[in-house]
Amino acid sequence: MTETVPLLDVADLTVEFSTRRGIVRAVEHIDVRIAKGETVGIVGESGSGKSVTSYAVMRILDRAGRIAAGAVHFTGLDVRAASEDQMRNLRGREMSMIFQNPRAALNPIRKVGRQIEDVLEQHSQVDSSALTDKAIEILDQVRIARPRERYHAYPFELSGGMCQRVVIALALACRPQLLIADEPTTGLDVTTQKTVMDLIVELTKRRGMSTILITHDLGLAASYCDRVVVMEKGRVVETAPSREIFTAPSQPYTRKLMRATPRPGVSLRDLLPEDDFIATGSGVRGLQTCQEGVTALPMGEGVRRPCSRAAPTDPTARARANGEASKTAAPLLVVEKLVKEYPRKGLGGFAKIFQRKPTPQPETFRAVDGISFTINRGESVGLVGESGCGKSTTSTMVMRLVDKSDGVIMFDGEDIGAIAAKAFAKLPMRKRIQMVFQDPTDSLNPRFTAARAIADPILRLGDVKGRAAVRARCETLARQVGLPLELLDRFPHQLSGGQKARVGIARAIALSPDLVILDEPTAALDVSVQAVVLNLLQELKDSLGMSYLFVSHDLNVVRLLCDRVIVMQAGRIVEQGPTEEILVSPQAQYTRDLLAAIPHPTFA
Amino acid sequence: MSNIALPNEASDQRGNSFKVRAQSASEDARERADDTRPQPGSSAAAVLASEASDQRGNSFKVRAPDTRPQSGSSARAMLRHARYILGENTVTGVAFALFLVIVLAALVGPYLVPYDPLASDTAAALKAPSAAHWFGTDQLGRDVFSRVVVATRLDFFIAVASVALVFLMGGLAGVAAGFFGGWTDRVVGRIADTIMAFPLFVLAMGIVAALGNTVQNVVLATAIVNFPLYARVARAEANVRREAGFVQAARLSGNGEFRILLAQILPNIMPIMVVQMSLTMGYAILNAAGLSFIGLGVRPPTAEWGIMVAEGAAFMVSGEWWIAFFPGAALMVAVFCFNLLGDGLRDIVDPQRRT
Repeated sequence: MTETVPLLDVADLTVEFSTRRGIVRAVEHIDVRIAKGETVGIVGESGSGKSVTSYAVMRILDRAGRIAAGAVHFTGLDVRAASEDQMRNLRGREMSMIFQNPRAALNPIRKVGRQIEDVLEQHSQVDSSALTDKAIEILDQVRIARPRERYHAYPFELSGGMCQRVVIALALACRPQLLIADEPTTGLDVTTQKTVMDLIVELTKRRGMSTILITHDLGLAASYCDRVVVMEKGRVVETAPSREIFTAPSQPYTRKLMRATPRPGVSLRDLLPEDDFIATGSGVRGLQTCQEGVTALPMGEGVRRPCSRAAPTDPTARARANGEASKTAAPLLVVEKLVKEYPRKGLGGFAKIFQRKPTPQPETFRAVDGISFTINRGESVGLVGESGCGKSTTSTMVMRLVDKSDGVIMFDGEDIGAIAAKAFAKLPMRKRIQMVFQDPTDSLNPRFTAARAIADPILRLGDVKGRAAVRARCETLARQVGLPLELLDRFPHQLSGGQKARVGIARAIALSPDLVILDEPTAALDVSVQAVVLNLLQELKDSLGMSYLFVSHDLNVVRLLCDRVIVMQAGRIVEQGPTEEILVSPQAQYTRDLLAAIPHPTFA
Repeated sequence: MSNIALPNEASDQRGNSFKVRAQSASEDARERADDTRPQPGSSAAAVLASEASDQRGNSFKVRAPDTRPQSGSSARAMLRHARYILGENTVTGVAFALFLVIVLAALVGPYLVPYDPLASDTAAALKAPSAAHWFGTDQLGRDVFSRVVVATRLDFFIAVASVALVFLMGGLAGVAAGFFGGWTDRVVGRIADTIMAFPLFVLAMGIVAALGNTVQNVVLATAIVNFPLYARVARAEANVRREAGFVQAARLSGNGEFRILLAQILPNIMPIMVVQMSLTMGYAILNAAGLSFIGLGVRPPTAEWGIMVAEGAAFMVSGEWWIAFFPGAALMVAVFCFNLLGDGLRDIVDPQRRT
């Protein structure tokens, strides 16, 4: 804070929302100052008020929200007192914003070039004759290849990363002084995240702009920001230069956040907060009693699972245990030359008749192109790749929700790939392969209580009969996943993200499956909740002897939970092997790129 | 669906729990004691403590007392909630009050009216509204007030029956079309298109004329002309949920496609369907009265708003305005009430409008 007048001065800001349940304070008495040319990260978990702060700065709070107290000054102008006309001039020209979902931020029925022209026209930056040239120039600046062609593209014709570049182009078109980037890379792959972030930082540095980067990812903030503001529950917890905050965090909340961030060289338990770590010491004991409890209880199909293995807490013990398991039994799942083809969406009907040239492309698109892998009993295997690489298609095929085009899926010696997906739902085999979905909110029926959701597989496929018995089984499962029993009668909207994730996990393990497919189960969760859920998954695997197929794009998370990793690119496997081996000395260039793209903050 | 306690939501939930109960009733005896044995605390529970605090962190601080569902105060909480919603939507509150009046008139009206709606008294024919005859008397000396009140039951019944029928036909066909897609979708879609190709009132006239002049056929005709509205809304709502996570999860739990359709998808589109039902209720009343007005459907001397307006219309020119005016006003108020109620419900259900 060397300058006397900062570019943006937020002083004692309080934002209130009036809701059905009374007035809610989203942001309370926060102070943030941003100097010219500075890049500041606002870091916090969902609900910490970081986005609301930026909305208040731009004065784009929705109907129910209002600035209750405090002041926002932008280059000396009082934002609270400014007229709507003044604000409209300010937005876009002096300060602009990049939103989380680039597709939602772009008008789907307008060419991207025209959308850039709209901004330029609104703020009359250039005369109308030069508009097109200027728009193309701006597209070129955000490194969009062949900008003259892309000028005419509609948003749906561009990839996610490309769309985000257009949004950046829109935000920077009028050369604003302040750029607010609200989770600009959350929906993007790591490699795309890197290029987009590098682009933002380079462009803003070159123009001497200030940037506010709002993110939940400490690593990202550490890598790209000069200063970091940590927010919790609508208050600023800590403000410090990013180097300082990551080497010597002074606040317990910051420490907790840092601990929970998956990074190289830590184990699952390290992610949990320190004070809990003591509790977890007894937790291991608790786990053993839990295992006893589990074995004493009749399992769904009446099989009593052996509780021979002690809970392995370090990776070597885990590997050893799995080694033993794999020696004693044949692989649980064998996938050979699996292929999934989708028909290409060509022109149909009349368009086909009037089309002159035959399309040179093949008729089908191979989402999964002849992949082979095995999963042993009690093993967890990570399936890693960028979006569109076919990892989700592979998992849904193994899950028997989608039919394969070719290849073999052998589950416990039986060719389940030959059974049609529609018929598979009612087979007894169904209960041996279950899944935890990516989005805990979307995967729970909004009209079912938590107990009803957990009971659903038991009622359909389980052996437990009778209302009280089903309820008892639900309660057992809730205890196993650490869901308080009083929450069982709540509806999904009354539960937090972590609690919904637990309900999803309880439902997946309700039938004591042999194989559980985890489809990015923590991608929608905050880091601290992710840490807890990952630990829970590891504990459940150890106590119930399940195998996991863990689908993820986050190598740091895969490192924590998986024994082996499969790296996929464009429908093919580029590399597979033991986790440590692949992450320490990757052979394929693609794996190296993936690893390099993860933000590497300088943790002490 | 956050926090709103729509009547149908509650009943639907009850419906679900009934099903579970029914399935399990015979099995209750086989309950094993060891199943209910509590488990020693796991380390997951230890971890939970940290998450509980974290969850508190995630949610905003709420100043107003938390309306957490507790067994003791749940009724009071629900009342408070209803009061809040009605406070935010005054017009909906008025519409709801009117709706209660209509329902009351339909249920107990015939027992409360001062005169027999069919008893003619030629001595007192064509009397203007007075203390004895609040709405005056018609050409046969029948009390207009009694007839207007008694007619509520018939008109309301026609509306409710036709809306229930169209919900069963159009709603279910639409949900199936949206969920299964393919041929089901095409067939339902073309049926809806065919119906929509006709002027709706003319189609209703045709159906009643062809099938016969009875109340049942009026109900049927009203239901058929509303079919496309229901089929389309239901199709759109089911279609977006077709690949939702909870539907996939239901498949993994071993649910067949029909069970998913009825137990998972249908409850989720009920709020939207209730709004649709309320909005079409007004149209159904209007349609029934319209058919009676032109001499199709209900026949004189039955007390029915449409017939009464038709009969009274002839006397308008000679100054006896009350014979047609009061049943017409009743008709207007009923349609107005249902439309307002539908609009209000739509606002309450719409998450975008919720604060």
